[in-house]
Amino acid sequence: MTTAASEAPVTPRSEYEFGFHDDVEALVKLPKGLSREVVNTISDIKEEPDWMRRLRLKALDHFNARPMPEWGGELGDIDFNDIHYYVRATDRDESDWEDVPDYIKDTYDKLGIPEAEKQGLLAGVGAQYDSEVVYHNIREDLEEKGVLFLGTDQALREYPELVREYFTTVIPANDNKFAALNTAVWSGGSFIYVPPGVHVDIPLQAYFRINSEDMGQFERTLIIADEGAQVHYVEGCTAPIYSSDSLHSAVVEIVCKAGSNVRYTTIQNWSNNVYNLVTKRAMAYQDAVMTWVDGNLGSKLTMKYPAVYLMEPGAHGEVLSIASAGQGQHQDAGAKIVHAAPNTTSVITSKSLSMDGGRSTYRGLLKVYDGADGCRSNVRCDALMLDEHSRSDTYPVMEIDEKKVDIGHEATVSKVGDEQLFYLMARGLSEEEATKMIVNGFVEPIIKSLPLEYAVEMNRLIELQMEGAIG
Amino acid sequence: MTATPPLFEIDDLQVSVADKQIVNGLTLSLRPGEVHAIMGPNGSGKSTLANSLMGHPRYTVTGGDVHLQGESVVEMSPDERARAGLFLAFQYPTDIPGVSMINFLRRAISARRGEEIPVREFRQVLNEVLGRLQMDEQFVRRYVNDGFSGGEKKRAEILQLGLLQPLVAVMDETDSGLDIDALRIVSEGINTFHSDDNAILLITHYQRILRYVQPDHVHVLIGGRIVESGDASLAERLERDGYEPFMERTTEGVLSS
Ligand SMILES: Nc1ncnc2c1ncn2[C@@H]1O[C@H](COP(=O)(O)OP(=O)(O)OP(=O)(O)O)[C@@H](O)[C@H]1O
Ligand SMILES: [Mg+2]
Repeated sequence: MTTAASEAPVTPRSEYEFGFHDDVEALVKLPKGLSREVVNTISDIKEEPDWMRRLRLKALDHFNARPMPEWGGELGDIDFNDIHYYVRATDRDESDWEDVPDYIKDTYDKLGIPEAEKQGLLAGVGAQYDSEVVYHNIREDLEEKGVLFLGTDQALREYPELVREYFTTVIPANDNKFAALNTAVWSGGSFIYVPPGVHVDIPLQAYFRINSEDMGQFERTLIIADEGAQVHYVEGCTAPIYSSDSLHSAVVEIVCKAGSNVRYTTIQNWSNNVYNLVTKRAMAYQDAVMTWVDGNLGSKLTMKYPAVYLMEPGAHGEVLSIASAGQGQHQDAGAKIVHAAPNTTSVITSKSLSMDGGRSTYRGLLKVYDGADGCRSNVRCDALMLDEHSRSDTYPVMEIDEKKVDIGHEATVSKVGDEQLFYLMARGLSEEEATKMIVNGFVEPIIKSLPLEYAVEMNRLIELQMEGAIG
Repeated sequence: MTATPPLFEIDDLQVSVADKQIVNGLTLSLRPGEVHAIMGPNGSGKSTLANSLMGHPRYTVTGGDVHLQGESVVEMSPDERARAGLFLAFQYPTDIPGVSMINFLRRAISARRGEEIPVREFRQVLNEVLGRLQMDEQFVRRYVNDGFSGGEKKRAEILQLGLLQPLVAVMDETDSGLDIDALRIVSEGINTFHSDDNAILLITHYQRILRYVQPDHVHVLIGGRIVESGDASLAERLERDGYEPFMERTTEGVLSS
């Protein structure tokens, strides 16, 4: 088995620092294409309960029956028959990095994950490599309190009833074409359960890595915060650069029971040939607080609109998102908030950047049901373009069926201002430094809501992208 | 006695904006230690002059030259000019949301010095200048010019002047919009900065700041050129008689050219 990580053969964007890939033969790699047989094989490999197999097959029918969505980004180039739907590199999910195969551990070393865990910056770590979770570990004291943090496959084996109780209750199998696809072929992802009243004080982190060419990664994450529980989950994603495109289509379901507080932070930095089509949704009950922090920097096309359904009075939903589109990229991102109960509140803050011919789209939906009186919502989306040939659009949709509500909305689209640049340059900053400073200022409201390490990382990634675009 | 060589020379400068000639052959020479005041009616080209000296991309130099310490600056970008020691206090400072003053000031001072200023030294000079301008330390936690009152913006410009220690400072109506106390504090800030090694070009509409910051020379700018120069008493004459007595000359000088 080769353990060397080599440079990618094709490097459309040399700035992408995670473009390396491991030259390894996968243990199991299903032939390309999607069929009932493929779905059955995945289910066989996983030795799943029958209800899951039936659910997968039903979802496959939904997927086949649904047309491709035409309202978002350009999806026409995806060839569903040219994708490996399941690739497994190792046959185990380890809880000690020493037991993870060296070449996989090397990858995560390069990404700095084991180091962060060792330094105690994280309460638990999960790592997924292609289709399967290769590592999961959680701090002992949390485990003793009954916190579960494991791969979703493992959860299905060890806690089948718990998984069955919640699986597809937030995002039904037929919710949309890509959620149906995920339900049919899902593999990996994180499962988290936090018992009533338990606070997980520092973040749990998962790291998703696509290594194989022409593969689809379809992780399935399910988080249940029981009454009064508190948890912060962080995920990061990277992939090597190959000449052909990969597909990442995840589903994330979150249940925030009464009084709980869940924060889900994503820093997506896929290479620029990954289609990133993700459905994320949370249900928030009485007085619960759900926050999505969503950073989209990489990928060829991202379509992702984290949603919060405010189901009972007092629930609060918040989406903070940053998208940055460079050359050849389209970030079609946004947020969806549904006020289904009275006296619920929400905030959407979106900042998008486009540069070097890239395209950013903000797409948002705010819905208030009739009878959901006393709701308050504030939506703010700002777009900043760094040059003339980049593009930015905003599509904020509001469906307000109740009169007694307080809704604030503000949207701006601007170019990096000549006057701002001149002001900073007149103080000795180079054009590049001045532009970076203006962009950092633009995204500041979101960055400051991130934990420090992630704030630093996010700033670094944005700067890296800008280095390709300016000068 | 041999005269010291000029620190800053503007030689027959012509500037146009939006294809309109605004500065029409302006010549001015500042020696180290000097304060020059420029007065002129609205629209006479004062800000155009100031912005073009700093290299604003919207203003095109169509003729003439500008030298700082003997080096031509007209081909330099604004940041190169700043690092070379030129400073512009803006008439209308721009706000930059999300960028904290403290971060911006540290970058600016490091750029001017050509090396990173150590944190401790930065804090020390910052506190010193803040104290002198009677500005609260919390002020630098705010975003650059964002939500500043008119007077706070002007004070922030003087704060930058004090930190960056340029060789030549062009001050575009720094006195406008200041209350009586603020005018005195800002003037003291300018005076503390001023030394035998630097020079100041003060653009103003009012004689009152000139009582604090005493000019060696006063120039009257009308129609994009200097129509009269004199000592401090010229400012008093202007205050008393207005620009009317000088208007005739421009009609001949500019409109016929
Ligand atoms: N960007 C521009 N486009 C068109 N005209 C301009 C532009 N900038 C300046 N001008 C014109 O140039 C002339 C001089 O303007 P400038 O701002 O230099 O005057 P000023 O002497 O500073 O006036 P004030 O005392 O009001 O500040 C004015 O007629 C103004 O309208
Ligand atoms: Mg002016």
